[in-house]
Order: sequence, then structure tokens, then C-alpha cells
Amino acid sequence: MNLADWLRERLGLEALDHVIEKKRVPVHRHTFWYYWGGMTLFLFGVQVATGILLVLYYRPSADEAYESVRFLMTQVSFGWLIRSIHSWSANLLVGAAMIHMFSAFMLKSYRRPREVTWLTGMGLFVLCLAFGFSGYLLPWNQLAFFATKVGTDIMGSVPLVGPFLARLLRGGDQITGGTLTRFFGFHVAILPLCMTALLGIHLFLVQWHGMSVPPGAEQPVAAPKQEMKFVPDFLLRDLVGWLAALGALALLAALFPWELGLKADPYAFAPAGIKPEWYFGYMFQTLRMIPSRVLGIEGELLGIVGFGLGALVWALVPFLDAPDGRGPRARFWRVVGVLAMLYVVVFTLLVYRGGPS
Amino acid sequence: MKRRTFLDVFLAASGAALAAFVAYPIARYLVPPKAPEAATRRVVAAKQDELAPGGFKIFPFGGEPGILIRGRNGEYRALSAVCTHLGCTVQLRPDGQSIWCACHNGLYDLEGRNVSGPPPRPLESYVVHVIGGDVVVEKAKGA
Ligand code: HEM
Ligand code: FES
Repeated sequence: MNLADWLRERLGLEALDHVIEKKRVPVHRHTFWYYWGGMTLFLFGVQVATGILLVLYYRPSADEAYESVRFLMTQVSFGWLIRSIHSWSANLLVGAAMIHMFSAFMLKSYRRPREVTWLTGMGLFVLCLAFGFSGYLLPWNQLAFFATKVGTDIMGSVPLVGPFLARLLRGGDQITGGTLTRFFGFHVAILPLCMTALLGIHLFLVQWHGMSVPPGAEQPVAAPKQEMKFVPDFLLRDLVGWLAALGALALLAALFPWELGLKADPYAFAPAGIKPEWYFGYMFQTLRMIPSRVLGIEGELLGIVGFGLGALVWALVPFLDAPDGRGPRARFWRVVGVLAMLYVVVFTLLVYRGGPS
Repeated sequence: MKRRTFLDVFLAASGAALAAFVAYPIARYLVPPKAPEAATRRVVAAKQDELAPGGFKIFPFGGEPGILIRGRNGEYRALSAVCTHLGCTVQLRPDGQSIWCACHNGLYDLEGRNVSGPPPRPLESYVVHVIGGDVVVEKAKGA
């Protein structure tokens, strides 16, 4: 008995063989969109790997954070590369997650029995945003300091729980070194833990239910099945995408190393050009465009309540759409999906249109 | 009540109590302690000759930034520098005629009244004295 067989028996790999042998991916004109979940997963892997490397030099205190990142960028061999990849990959990760979410919406993959898969996916998306928000503050530079101030202030205006939430996030009433330590804890301990748990459930459910086939692409039961094996056919195609992403990351990091800017100073005025990372842009832009008072209600508040309700409806769509994905109800939700995508794209672009800040 | 049901209820209640004993200290731990109320009502914001006429500086005042402005004629005024919109720190426009917040283009006049942009309220004004070469800033009575 050789070592491989010895291990197979000890680890019960026969069961795994069975799963691998059986896993299939449907082939139809929308198959392209099935790659985006895997892309998101790959980029998360990049975040974990580079994040762990960053932790080895990073120091989470107001006196040392900025200096430790500068040291990393200028003294540590390839420190600039690791940090730039972590920052760029964070942005691509949120982008890939958005594409994955919108394509699942448009293909109506959330229909029975995949409602919980959709809900865990929403949770993962929110976690990605939380990762981005908490990570952004860590280099403790001017831009991050004020972006965090504005961001936590917005959360502070959520009805009822707002002020409590803002204090909980900041670890006090102001953005201080305490906030930095807290955000570090969120970013490298609490969020990774939540992410790993939720991701585990999400992936298990995807595996358990198999890939869904969108309503327009179902084939007659009698016809031979249009599908490919996951291993190796689909996985190899996945790998091509991942390799391309790795190449893109290396290129972006080398051509546009992530900037560090000026160290945060609680007693300096806010510089022009404070804006959040692009994936908060559409919310930022919306809040900027709402007048300060609408019918006697504070505009801020209206915006926040609106986003909350929007997210709630988005999460509940599996229960609101037609179960068979056909008819006027299904068409209605398809239109909602298109409008939501248009809104996000147009408002994100508006942030960068230039003109008055 | 059947013995079985009793045991089920008893076990569930004990479990819930145990969970609460664990969760309560953790929940309380996560909420930061109230910082002692900033008792600062008075602070030396600058030396008298530190600012040229038309200049300004941001100074710490009880844990928050304040803005000290020296007018063209040499007179001082001081206000809270915390924008009433979402809390960014304001600055004096280079023309010296208005106070500006870069975050969302909020504009105040030199009295701190919100003139345009998103800020919903005026900036709090402070009282300024020049005492023996120091510019002393004080919270207004009753503020
Ligand atoms: C276990 C996983 C992770 C660990 C251990 C980790 C660790 C770190 C550390 C130590 C920093 C500070 C160093 C620096 O600012 O350059 C950082 C920054 C950052 N992280 Fe992560 N991270 C992880 C996952 C993620 C994920 C999933 C995202 C996705 C959105 C993310 C987004 C960011 C961002 C935007 C920054 C700021 C980059 C900068 O401006 O320097 N991180 N991370
Ligand atoms: S924070 Fe000053 S205008 Fe928004």
C-alpha cells in the first residue's frame, strides 16, 4: 500500500471523489456569469494571504500606524507590492462581488430552493463593505481620517440606534487612536471570523443545490443535458480567470502603487477631495444630492432610511418574485434589477465627473 | 407536567441563563466607557503675535478642533471647527471672507452662520480675550 492509498483510507477521500466526479456546471448562453463567484473567492484568498503578511509589520496605534506603513512601503523588500496588491485586490474584490450579486439577481438564481444561498450572499457582500471601510482607516492618513469621520457620522444619524452605533464603532465620541485599534480588531479578527463562517455556509449551499439554470435557458427534460464537469473542465477555465486577475493585480500594483498621503492630524482642517472608496460612491453621491431638508425631514435621514429599505427589499426578493421565474411578476423584478444596476453605475460615475466637489 | 417536559423546559431555561451570563459582560465590554465630560471651558488658543492679519489656525478645545481667525484689522474671532453637517474640520477661505468645509462644500460666513451647502446649523461661536500676550478662547456663558 503506497502513501496515497494509505492517506485515502485514513481521510475517507472516497466520499470526496464521489462529489468531485458528480459535480456538473450547466452550459447555456449565460454560463459566463457562473465564473464571478469563483473570482470573488480567489480575490478573497489574495486578501487573506496579503493581509496576513501586512500584519507582520503593521502597528495599530495612532502614534505608529502611519509610520509603520511608511516603513513597509520604503524599507521592507516588496512591502510596497504586498500593500498595493492588498489595496487593489480589495477594490477588485468588491467589484467582482457586485458583478456576482447582480448576475445572480438577473438570472433569478435566488428562486426556491436557493433563498438562503441568496441571503448568505447578501451577508457576505455587507462583510466585504465592512472590510473595506475598516481597512481604509488603518494607514491613519488624512483622507482616511475624514472619510471615517463622515462615514461614522452618517451611521450616527440612523434613527434610534444611530448614536449608540457610532460610539460603538468609534470606541468613543471622536475618531481617536482607540478607534484605530478597534477598527484593526474588526478588520483582522472579527470580520475574518464572520466571513469564514458565512462563506462556509454559502459554499456548502452552492455545492448542495448545484448550479441553478435561469428561466430562459432551461432545456426540455428529454433532451441530452448541456453541461460540463466541474473538475477539470470548469475549474481549468476558472484558473484562467484567476491567472488573469493575478496578472492584473501585479500590473496595477507596479504601475499605480497605493499612495500613503499625509499623516492624520485631528487638529488639521479637512483637505479638499475627501471621498470614500468608489464602492461607497453611489451612496455618497446620493446623500450629496438630497437637499438638506425635504418636507421638513432632514435629507441625511431620508437617504439613510431609503438605503435601509432598499437593502431590505433586495434581501427579500426571493420571497417576492414569482417562484417559477415567469410572468409579469418576474418581469417586474427584472426591471427592478436593471434599474438598480443603472442607479449604481450612474451615481458611481457622477462622483468622478469632476466639477464642483 | 410530565417529567420529560419539565426536564426539557429546565434545560432550555438553564441554557438561556448561561448564555445571558456570558453575553452580558461581552456586550458591556464592547461599549466604550463614557469619557469624562470635557470640562474645558477656556483654553489658550495662540500667542498674540502668532497669526498674521487674515490668517487662521485650528486649535484643540476640549478634545475637539476649534478655529481661530484673525481679521484684516487684527481682531480675533473663534468658533467651533466641527462642521455641523458630518463633522469634518472647517477652514478659512483664502479670500478671508468665509469659512469653508471641503468635505461636501459647506459654506459659513465669518459669524459661523451656515450660508450654503449641506450644513444644517451654524457653528458655535466662542468668546475671545487677549490676556497678557495670550489669545484665550472661552465658551460663551450658558453654552
Ligand atoms: C483575513 C483577512 C485580512 C487581513 C489579515 C487584513 C489585514 C490588513 C492590514 C494589516 C491592513 C493595514 C496595512 C495597510 O493599510 O496597508 C489592511 C488594510 C486594508 N485592508 Fe485588509 N486584511 C484582510 C482582508 C481584507 C479584505 C477581505 C478586504 C476587502 C475589502 C480588505 C481591505 C483593506 C483595505 C481597503 C485596506 C487599506 C489599504 C491601505 O490604504 O493601505 N482587507 N488589511
Ligand atoms: S461635513 Fe462639512 S459639509 Fe459635509
